[in-house]
Amino acid sequence: MSRASGPRSGDAIFASVERVNAELFTLTYGAIVRQLLTDLEEVEEVNKQLDQMGYNIGIRLIDEFLAKSNVSRCVDFKETAEMIAKVGFKMFLGVTASVTNWDADGTCCSIVLEDNPLVDFVELPDTCQGLYYCNILSGVIRGALEMVSMKTEVTWTRDMLRGDDAFELQVKLLKQVPEEYPYKEDD
Amino acid sequence: MIGVGKIKQYSNVLDKPLSKGKQEVSLSAFSFLFSELVQYNQTQVDNIAELERRLEDAGYSVGARVLELLCHREKGNRRETRLLGILSFVHSTVWKVLFGKVADSLEKGTEHEDEYMISEKELLVNRFISIPKDMGTFNCGAFVAGIVRGVLDGAGFPAVVTAHFVPVEGQQRPRTTILIKFAEEVLRREARLG
Repeated sequence: MSRASGPRSGDAIFASVERVNAELFTLTYGAIVRQLLTDLEEVEEVNKQLDQMGYNIGIRLIDEFLAKSNVSRCVDFKETAEMIAKVGFKMFLGVTASVTNWDADGTCCSIVLEDNPLVDFVELPDTCQGLYYCNILSGVIRGALEMVSMKTEVTWTRDMLRGDDAFELQVKLLKQVPEEYPYKEDD
Repeated sequence: MIGVGKIKQYSNVLDKPLSKGKQEVSLSAFSFLFSELVQYNQTQVDNIAELERRLEDAGYSVGARVLELLCHREKGNRRETRLLGILSFVHSTVWKVLFGKVADSLEKGTEHEDEYMISEKELLVNRFISIPKDMGTFNCGAFVAGIVRGVLDGAGFPAVVTAHFVPVEGQQRPRTTILIKFAEEVLRREARLG
């Protein structure tokens, strides 16, 4: 018996998963960033650590994403970016993002977030102006895409905590790594 | 390059309207984040006591902020002055907002006057966590114990708060109890207030 349903929408999945109060999430994330700042002291180090933590999350998050969203293989990077923005962000963070700024090849785009639960109540002090507070998100996207054979580079182009009007992530596809069969032919 | 040397004026975060607290994220997003918190702290410490202390400190800062937020939003800026008042605030309001339900039970300790216990069948933070045998009695609920300590401390009821696993007959997973031991001054003040 084949499954008749196609990919589910972000709203439908979000409504069906268990949810917690966003404020617990926001405050826990703030506690993590504060701990990192105390331990590492250098803003650049904290940025790197947040990205690494995000990467660790992303490589596991992709499994849940694929299991719950029932998507089939994306045809091209454009579709991938749409999936991340419309389904991924919605089902985990409850917010929708939009995709803009495609370049000529279709390998580089921007994901724009108007609403970001990570930064409620947050203000960057003068001593931390170089901090990418939400850098965990860039790690998550990078980690998740790497597990589906896409090597990407994710950077922040706009950050509301630094005075811009939205959060914008630039996602650049570096290369598609073909999947390797782990066993040799003659073994 | 982005952000270099640009310290633009933006509206003060204190001027922004306070959210109603209805926004939600998925449980898995929170669980992933919490697991990273624990994993990061595991790399920074040598023993379990240190790990529990760090988780508790992280929880403490959450608790202090939760108190401020909830006092303003839920209780119209009135503050609790009595012991039972603050305990029921933690047991009902704080638990309801953070974990979506009131805590399973609130009990007074039988052996000591200054001990109270909040019990929960399964703490939200422990849902997807399994403790390896060699970590003994370690409990990630130390994070929640820290939240409670933060709330109590901020409200003027200093206490030592710890999280313990309590095995329950007939249940596979043990119950978690948050043990609150109030400081001397709190009990003296309570006695004075009558």
